[in-house]
Amino acid sequence: MQLIECPWCGPREEVEFHYGGQAHVPYPDNPAEVSDEEWAHYVFFRDNTKGRFAERWNHTAGCRRWFNAIRDTATYRFERVYRLDGPKPVTP
Amino acid sequence: MAELLRTHPLEAWHVAFERLPDTARIAVEPFVAMVDVRLGAVGPEVRAGLGVDLPTIANTWVPADAGRATWLGPDEWLLSSTAETPEEFESRVRAAVLPLGGSATDVSAQRIGLRLTGARVRDVLTKGCSIDLHPRVFGRGSSVQTMLGQAGVVLLALSDAGDDYVVLVRSSFAGYLADWLLDAALEFITPDS
Ligand SMILES: [Zn+2]
Repeated sequence: MQLIECPWCGPREEVEFHYGGQAHVPYPDNPAEVSDEEWAHYVFFRDNTKGRFAERWNHTAGCRRWFNAIRDTATYRFERVYRLDGPKPVTP
Repeated sequence: MAELLRTHPLEAWHVAFERLPDTARIAVEPFVAMVDVRLGAVGPEVRAGLGVDLPTIANTWVPADAGRATWLGPDEWLLSSTAETPEEFESRVRAAVLPLGGSATDVSAQRIGLRLTGARVRDVLTKGCSIDLHPRVFGRGSSVQTMLGQAGVVLLALSDAGDDYVVLVRSSFAGYLADWLLDAALEFITPDS
């Protein structure tokens, strides 16, 4: 089974984690003023990247913390994990 | 008015546990008061109020006055006490962490404890746990939140010899986990034990 490295707990089996969708989706600066269409894009629309994708994961069975990961959607390889308050890593 | 008695979820398993050999003992721990603490930053003032240094290293626990303080997350700990009632313990811990911006919640009814002792209990645990439990890396003071069988548990190492552990499991999963442990320990029951 693939191991995912929790930034707090270290490497754990994949079944301990839950997927949380695309990371770095900014909350609208002025939510009261966005149109229905813009709001729908914020809530429902996500990238469908083939390759390196920045995602949110939760260590559900362990420390229950959210963190971000760069995962290759084609190979399923986790390339980087980083904390929510960290900047999005620059990947080659 | 009828008195509400708390019955232990593993009362019916006592007989089965007693049949286990000394190499793989399972004992039900008595109820203890447990409090979940959320606190942003840990400084010396925490020790002054709580009487224990909350562990800041992930996956560790430390002994407290009459219990333990276990790391659950970067801002979360599980405190236990055998000396106080849940109500007393919660209010004492709350009084200590509230001025520091933290919170304390009584979770005594959430989990029950099982004490696993003996030379083969590590073999029993590793049948359903992916964590490396060798005492070289999981000695006394280590803790881990993970899956044991299909149940989420908090596992604490009490010895450096790999023969003494505490498993904290949610009350509603206790029966399942007890059955799972008995099955995993089956091969260590010898005809003469
Ligand atoms: Zn974790």
